[in-house]
Amino acid sequence: MSILDSKVPEGPIERKWTAHKNHIHLVNPANKRRIDVIVVGTGLAGSSAAASLAEMGYNVKTFCYQDSARRAHSIAAQGGINAAKNYQNDGDSVYRLFYDTLKGGDYRSREANTYRLAEVSASIIDQCVAQGVPFARDYGGLLDNRSFGGAQVSRTFYARGQTGQQLLLGAYSALMRQVGKGKVKMYDRHEMLDLVVVGGKARGIIARNLVTGKLERHGAHAVLLCTGGYGNVFFLSTNAMGCNVTAAWKSHKRGAFMANPCYTQIHPTCIPVSGDHQSKLTLMSESLRNDGRIWVPKKLEDAKAIQQGKKKGSDIAEEDRDYYLERRYPSFGNLVPRDVASRAAKERCDAGFGVNRTGEAVYLDFSAAIERYGKMEANVHHIDNPSKEKVRELGMKVVSAKYGNLFDMYENIVGENPYEHPMKIYPAVHYTMGGLWVDYNLQSTVPGMYVLGEANFSDHGANRLGASALMQGLADGYFVIPYTIADQLAGEIRTGPIKTDTTEFEQAEQHVRSRIEQLMNTKGTEPVDHFHKRLGKVMWDKCGMARNAKGLQEAIEEIRRIREDFWKNVRVPGKADEFNQELEKAGRVADFLELGELMCKDALHRNESCGGHFREEYQTEEGEALRDDNNFAYVGAWEWKGDPGAAELHKEALKFTVLQLSQRSYK
Amino acid sequence: MKLTLKIWRQAGPKAKGQIVDYPVEGISEDMSFLEMLDVLNDRLVREGQEPVAFDHDCREGICGSCGIMIEGRAHGPNRKAATCELRMRSFPDGDTLTVEPWRARPFPVIKDLVVDRTAFDRIMQAGGYVSVKTGQAPDANAIPVPKHHAEEAMDAAACIGCGACVATCPNGSAMLFVAAKVSQFALLPQGHAERKERVERMLAQMDTEGFGACSNTYACEAECPKQISVEHIARLNREFVRAKAL
Repeated sequence: MSILDSKVPEGPIERKWTAHKNHIHLVNPANKRRIDVIVVGTGLAGSSAAASLAEMGYNVKTFCYQDSARRAHSIAAQGGINAAKNYQNDGDSVYRLFYDTLKGGDYRSREANTYRLAEVSASIIDQCVAQGVPFARDYGGLLDNRSFGGAQVSRTFYARGQTGQQLLLGAYSALMRQVGKGKVKMYDRHEMLDLVVVGGKARGIIARNLVTGKLERHGAHAVLLCTGGYGNVFFLSTNAMGCNVTAAWKSHKRGAFMANPCYTQIHPTCIPVSGDHQSKLTLMSESLRNDGRIWVPKKLEDAKAIQQGKKKGSDIAEEDRDYYLERRYPSFGNLVPRDVASRAAKERCDAGFGVNRTGEAVYLDFSAAIERYGKMEANVHHIDNPSKEKVRELGMKVVSAKYGNLFDMYENIVGENPYEHPMKIYPAVHYTMGGLWVDYNLQSTVPGMYVLGEANFSDHGANRLGASALMQGLADGYFVIPYTIADQLAGEIRTGPIKTDTTEFEQAEQHVRSRIEQLMNTKGTEPVDHFHKRLGKVMWDKCGMARNAKGLQEAIEEIRRIREDFWKNVRVPGKADEFNQELEKAGRVADFLELGELMCKDALHRNESCGGHFREEYQTEEGEALRDDNNFAYVGAWEWKGDPGAAELHKEALKFTVLQLSQRSYK
Repeated sequence: MKLTLKIWRQAGPKAKGQIVDYPVEGISEDMSFLEMLDVLNDRLVREGQEPVAFDHDCREGICGSCGIMIEGRAHGPNRKAATCELRMRSFPDGDTLTVEPWRARPFPVIKDLVVDRTAFDRIMQAGGYVSVKTGQAPDANAIPVPKHHAEEAMDAAACIGCGACVATCPNGSAMLFVAAKVSQFALLPQGHAERKERVERMLAQMDTEGFGACSNTYACEAECPKQISVEHIARLNREFVRAKAL
């Protein structure tokens, strides 16, 4: 075990970033033209980084597995993006955003990174507006904000329920501008299958052209991984079908440490699973919790009747409803952070109070909001003594204007009208706080390889607050990496183009080729999804919302068995040198089968509960997460040693200079 | 549910394609159309056949990856829904469905239901942006934007780039796609500096790619999963005339 150096600059926290930028190396414009950078992934982090680096003069090659850069999964983020603008004059500040993010992450993030994130947040909004992102505005033409899960100020900027889409299209347009200028070469339908390390430095990648199946070598002076999270290890998640850990995992095997892989975010408001056919889960924006009230029946017999289809939610009298979040957390109520809300739902459902056939759902009810808004509207329109129906009608209009698209989506998927019957929701895997370890410059343990956005581990600790993922992706891409990468690249101006006809590239390509051949030649009986589903079930049951030592030990054994079975019995049809979606999936699932074991190993070693990592053995009397700051206030970063079970732990101690560690309380 | 699918199979860009019949059984009404194809593909793989290739990713109607012609309708029979949002309860038990890729010259077939839509990216490269470098931006509230302009710009910006407008157009026109971007920027002050060059370049690229011109059938609006209005095409035309007149 070694102690990792985070390279956090000295000085008071509010001056660290500025001082660091003032002293970092620069690369002069003529020299930038001699430097090549590879960016893998075109979500918020990747697109913004690729565009910014190209604008500065670097030669950029960008890769994505989708058919267009615009389709990366950042596009699906609904709710919004946080920024400490204090436009609403409600006392927000960089400090408060930092404080909320650090506390929300249950004091398991790196303080200096979190502060920097809050510090650059305001510039992100400026940048996006200048690009033509149509954020919501109020009648004066200025930007509107809303409050969002876990925050007591309104600092969330949004574009209807499609904020991620609009931000991504903004970054994509900046990227397309650079592609048009020839400063970025775009490789869509390409998947990175290995990192090439030469002389201890990241010098390129091996990518597979997904249309022709051809393996390609690409050299560069630096490689940026902006490849998102690994939530699909659970099979069912809100991630897109193609989201995967492959680029990160291959890099892990080439020397990049994987940090806190067990920190997974389970989002509280998703549409419950409807059957075995389910291929993915759909998120209902957290913004719904601003107006929706979450409840289950107070009486077990009511819950049973609902589960059997004999009663509906609307049949349960007001006094027989248990608004359990409002009951347990009076000061935050339905707006408690995601991890807290998810666990509370699981607790009620485990106790038998779930409200659908499977017993794994709770209600999200808008009837109170409809009534409240209806009465307000009646006042605005000077309607005296409005009838109940009139109030409802007016209120529904307001709710529809705010959440109409989400209600439509719900009705389309579930086949039930959420204005008439309360929505049914249940937690689902949504985001992974863990990821490749990076220092303050976002450089991994492989020099020359940087990791941005969800793919790294640094800013959200053990739990991410709502509307902070978009913030981090764009902060890393627009405002951090363009400065910090120069520190390394300043030393590369005399290196010259990276040659790809070397032994290292040859070996990496051979390695990729043999793994593909192994997948093709297994010629078993079961399709890839069969193994992925089995893995997902183990992960969800034993390394999901709640974990315990016994379950995790069993999970490790089970995952090993599934992995063994996979390599004996997987069937990949078709050929390797053609468009082959089953082969793509097989490669990704093979990597998930290794990652899953490491996640369990990490969860097993962390004998405490924090944020999204809830170990049943470590909880307060009231069932809240119980941290152990004396023994676990560190980042656990794992080094590959030939097998996930053999991974070696390295630690980065987390020092908190500004905030006192305290138990998170939302009561 | 039981269904008969008549699916376009084409091994590669140059291969000759054909419709192949596949019966599917055990389909639940709650499944999405793509989950129904998953069921078929699972069976095909088990039987040692090649599964049907189709593009898909987010499966919640926002990434724009999916796009299938179902019974001659882009994204199937439902309004306001991409293929991935389409549920099997939209079809009667025992139905027969013809399933084809987008058909338009600028969208060549790669395999089965997968087409190449990079022409859209090239149109965007020609002018679908505001030229602002990172770090150059003034404060976000420096320029007020009237709420109704911002809302209308958002209506246009909702385009997911799926290509349904092209696939459904008798002329294979990409006017709605181009209009959505031109209109968004024409409505916002940030887009005004480059409005002339933008509309000219994007339309020129659209022609170069081989997309047809608008013939006012409005099929694009009807099939657009985001219900983008043809009013934006009117604004595109105004922008174009304005660019030529000035």
